[in-house]
Amino acid sequence: MGARSTQVQPALSIEHIAVRFGGLVAISDMSFVVNEGEVVSLIGPNGAGKTTAFNVFTGFLRPSQGEVRYRGSSLNNLKPHEVASLGLARTFQRTSVFQSVSVFENVMIGLHCRGRSRLWDTLLALPRERESERELRARAADILALVGIERRSRELAGSLAYGDQRLLGVALALASDPSMLLLDEPVSGMNATETARFMRLLDGLRGLGVTILLVEHDMPMVMGVSDRIVVLNYGRIIAEGPPAAIQGNPEVIRAYLGQGARKRAGD
Amino acid sequence: MRRIFPWISLFTLASVPLWLGDPYLLNAFVITGIFIVTAMSLNLLLGYTGQLSLGHVAFFGIGAYTSALVSLGFDVELVGGFRVIHEPWPVWLGFVMAILVSGLCGYIVGKLSFRVRGAYFVIVTISFAEVVRLVALNWVELTQGPLALTSIPPMAIGLPGLGNFDFYSKQSNFYLVLGVVAFCYVIIGRLVNSRIGRAMIALKENESLAVSVGIDVTRYLVLAAVVSAGIAGAAGSLYAHYLKIIDPDVFLFLYTVTMVIMVVTGGKGTLAGPIVGGLIFGFIPVIARSFAAPEIQWILYGLFMILIVCVLPRGIVPAIEKLFGEEPGVSGAADANTQDAQ
Repeated sequence: MGARSTQVQPALSIEHIAVRFGGLVAISDMSFVVNEGEVVSLIGPNGAGKTTAFNVFTGFLRPSQGEVRYRGSSLNNLKPHEVASLGLARTFQRTSVFQSVSVFENVMIGLHCRGRSRLWDTLLALPRERESERELRARAADILALVGIERRSRELAGSLAYGDQRLLGVALALASDPSMLLLDEPVSGMNATETARFMRLLDGLRGLGVTILLVEHDMPMVMGVSDRIVVLNYGRIIAEGPPAAIQGNPEVIRAYLGQGARKRAGD
Repeated sequence: MRRIFPWISLFTLASVPLWLGDPYLLNAFVITGIFIVTAMSLNLLLGYTGQLSLGHVAFFGIGAYTSALVSLGFDVELVGGFRVIHEPWPVWLGFVMAILVSGLCGYIVGKLSFRVRGAYFVIVTISFAEVVRLVALNWVELTQGPLALTSIPPMAIGLPGLGNFDFYSKQSNFYLVLGVVAFCYVIIGRLVNSRIGRAMIALKENESLAVSVGIDVTRYLVLAAVVSAGIAGAAGSLYAHYLKIIDPDVFLFLYTVTMVIMVVTGGKGTLAGPIVGGLIFGFIPVIARSFAAPEIQWILYGLFMILIVCVLPRGIVPAIEKLFGEEPGVSGAADANTQDAQ
């Protein structure tokens, strides 16, 4: 971890980001880096600014100051759909799927940017349209199999069990073929089995070389999957480091983990 | 079933003038058909992108006036003594111009919706329709205002080598309108079952999620608005050349309401919905007329509408699909499979 080899390339770099809503400071002077292929978690108590930070990274919110760079290019003036087309995909905390269309159609929507047909191809039903659709359908089937919900593909997304909906949300994000995934509380509300399944999926994605930034409250999971953890409190980074160091950090324990964690860490 | 049903419907409707002698009923078919075209265009916006345009009649009226004025010619003095004189053009060019001008207006309204959604979009479209109506009413030099544009020529197509064909009779207009309905059905069908249609549905379902997977929401909203307005403009042109007289009443809010009723009762977001809803609500007044007083006719109309909305809240077509076990989500995947097999 310590020695910076030449292979470590920063993927997402956050440089002195601040977000203010009127007089309220949601994030003040946040700086950190997520390297290529790394799994980094952003943790902190409710209201610490985690989701706000996500919205800034993905173009849904403009920072009051500072800069977000992805693979060297600034994201500051990009719209969300432009950020997505750079290979930065996200999931949402709650509404994460298109409820009233089928699971398969959901992924087909997610594959939007990979379609090659133009308006005229569609209107005139030219061969390129059919070819493009065939490719997209094959790709959608692959993604559903990767996430492990291929048997649900004909069901309405809204009728899926909660855990499967979260997985579909990830499938949607994966459909845009991202080089980096930002997951906002992906396992909240999942039971232990579903969480374990999700952690296996994350391992699989890491194996594919996808960089991951995770916001999560489930500490066992965060400690299990993360290479590094960034701790946020009142819009400020209070600690950063590998899981073991974070678990023992007195300031983090006071602000977020609680005394129980110190006992466990001491064991 | 799903594949042959449109063909069966088309041939059934095409046979109507062969056995229906009553010119009044044939006239009802033509007018209903024109409103079905407008309902189909509204459905593209309301049913697929989820944006309610309550000024949709503006595109219809603009199409009607454009087509009429292009084929009649006009001579207007603009500010500063600048005169615009337009010699009459062939009617089919008027039809094309109606689509283009309405489409352009759709582009402008669509661009406005970049900033406004939901209730605000509804207000913008209503205002737009009202402004256009006032222009038609008060720009007497161009539109004749309340005196109406009269002696509009019937639709005509110049066939090379065969001379001109005029759509003068009710029968020929019936087939013209039926052709336009079928054409719009195919075009809208291709659009909504493609990547573009999926982007529109995504926008309706969950805009921020749609954006997060890289869909340029504004672009598809504008595209839907342009196509929708263009089709409504084509319907307006058919209307003008069929009735041969138009006045500012083509911008009546009632017409927009009729379109919305047709779409919602038939099933918004389905291809056949506006056609089914359009046939029903186009013919209720006609049928009720044979046995009820005018006041009763409209009460029946309202009761029937409330009944459908209460019993089948998603519309008639989705209810029928459910009856045949073709849930929308399931059928989407089934369609995908049948297309794979080709």
